[in-house]
Amino acid sequence: MDSEIKKAIIMEHYSNPHNREEIHDDNYIKVNSKSETCIDNLDIYLKMNGDVIEDLKFYGEACAISTSAASIMTELLKGKTITEANNIISNYDNMVLEKDYDKDCLGDALCYDEIYKQTNRINCALIPWRGIKKALDQYEEKK
Amino acid sequence: MNNNFPMLNTGYIYLDNGATTWKPEPVIKKINEYYNDFTANAHRGDYDISLRVDNEYEGARKIVADFINSDYKEVIFTSGTTDALNLVAEGYFRKHLQKDDEIIINYAEHASNVMPWFRLANDLGVKVKFAALNDSNALTLDSIKEVVSDKTKVISLAMITNVIGDLRDVKEIVKFAHERGIKVVVDGAQSVPHIKTDVKDLDCDFLAFSGHKMCGPTGIGVLYGKYELLEEMEPRNLGGGMNASFDSPEEIELKSIPTRFEAGTPNIEGAIGLGAAIKYLESIGMDNIQKHEVGLKKYLVDELSKIEHIKMYNKDTISGTVVFNVDGIFSQDVAIYLSKYKICVRAGNHCAKLLKNKLGTDNTVRVSIYIYNTKEDVDKLVSLLQDKNKILNEML
Ligand SMILES: Cc1ncc(COP(=O)(O)O)c(C=O)c1O
Repeated sequence: MDSEIKKAIIMEHYSNPHNREEIHDDNYIKVNSKSETCIDNLDIYLKMNGDVIEDLKFYGEACAISTSAASIMTELLKGKTITEANNIISNYDNMVLEKDYDKDCLGDALCYDEIYKQTNRINCALIPWRGIKKALDQYEEKK
Repeated sequence: MNNNFPMLNTGYIYLDNGATTWKPEPVIKKINEYYNDFTANAHRGDYDISLRVDNEYEGARKIVADFINSDYKEVIFTSGTTDALNLVAEGYFRKHLQKDDEIIINYAEHASNVMPWFRLANDLGVKVKFAALNDSNALTLDSIKEVVSDKTKVISLAMITNVIGDLRDVKEIVKFAHERGIKVVVDGAQSVPHIKTDVKDLDCDFLAFSGHKMCGPTGIGVLYGKYELLEEMEPRNLGGGMNASFDSPEEIELKSIPTRFEAGTPNIEGAIGLGAAIKYLESIGMDNIQKHEVGLKKYLVDELSKIEHIKMYNKDTISGTVVFNVDGIFSQDVAIYLSKYKICVRAGNHCAKLLKNKLGTDNTVRVSIYIYNTKEDVDKLVSLLQDKNKILNEML
């Protein structure tokens, strides 16, 4: 992906984030995701239908990377099964942490494939994804 | 203002002096001297270099005392402001407060001047009350008057806060408090490095500050306390260096004040480094330092006022701190953008998490000025903030 295109995707999702909404509905699992070292602070709202992610929303104050990553993540994971989602999540993690990963499942999230070069941004790119992982774990535990 | 800070050669423009400051050569030299020429422990002076350590360490205490106009016995070395505030809360107030007594703080205080009081509230059933901030987010005696009661036992406040940077009229507040038998603890972390401090004139009961925010090393700070109050304070640590004898649990005799509060081998390089830092600040003059910072802040505020997409939260406070946001851009993104030009500013809540409701935002960009900052630094900063599209383009 060309770096100007990456930038454009990030800025688009930062300026007009998808699924950014505060939810007050007990059908959603709510988890908070933040880091001890930076100031991003996001809530993730997950609604499951059996094995499938029926809806995914996020809300909070966060930087351009974190906000755009959350927006892209919600688009990518909505409608996926838990197994599919976990596969995407681990590939995304690997990409951001500069390990081997499968490009094909990541869609727009590939715009962060060089984020590891900016050490102070790695955490930002991971924060929403840590949140969804936590939410899915909570769902599985309750099942 | 001066150029003997080695960090100036790195090309960074450092505007995060509220967090910590750069160190001038005389401070680095003094610390090196301790390690190169007279390394030994303190308080064990049977040979000449150990005696020198004693002299330098106690000499640093004297320098601190003169700097804040106290007696040297009233100066306790701690690891910093946080350590000092915890020592007052735990060592003095835990013993002197009872259930239903009240502590007054306010929403602009740093975590280190909030959480120790919250712990006392949880443990002792005392109550923490908040004095309101006014429309400019400053604290005045009037808002303290509104929450004071005959149960109030202590008021704890920063002389200058680390976000808003308002200079509180501590002298007036102390006078009001003492008329009611209320003790006053002053967090001097952001004031002692920047303005002349005179504890006799302020008449405060305790004062805490950190060396690293005033050109000194990290890991050293000071708790000043009035001597008669220190006599009533419990040491938090027991052990070597602070006891006169310990024959049995019933027969423990402590050393005199302030040594009894400094158990264990002290931070020797820290203390003598702090002494050197104070000498350095005094050679410039605290009045000159304040004038320089306030002047530079005014210039920065005037320049930023011309930029439409910048909102400032503390234009009028008399200090070297400016907090702002760029409309529609998260503070952290602004800070990361500036860091690409080697400009260091802080983004976030600056440890004053209770302030967010007041400002209407959790996070801001903070510029905090010190002696080595120049008009050119400000010009560079302002020019980089002029064009919002440039920020948006380059922040990623
Ligand atoms: C107002 C205020 N109080 C307390 C502290 C804590 O100082 P230290 O981290 O040196 O203990 C700071 C420093 O950030 C501060 O700005």
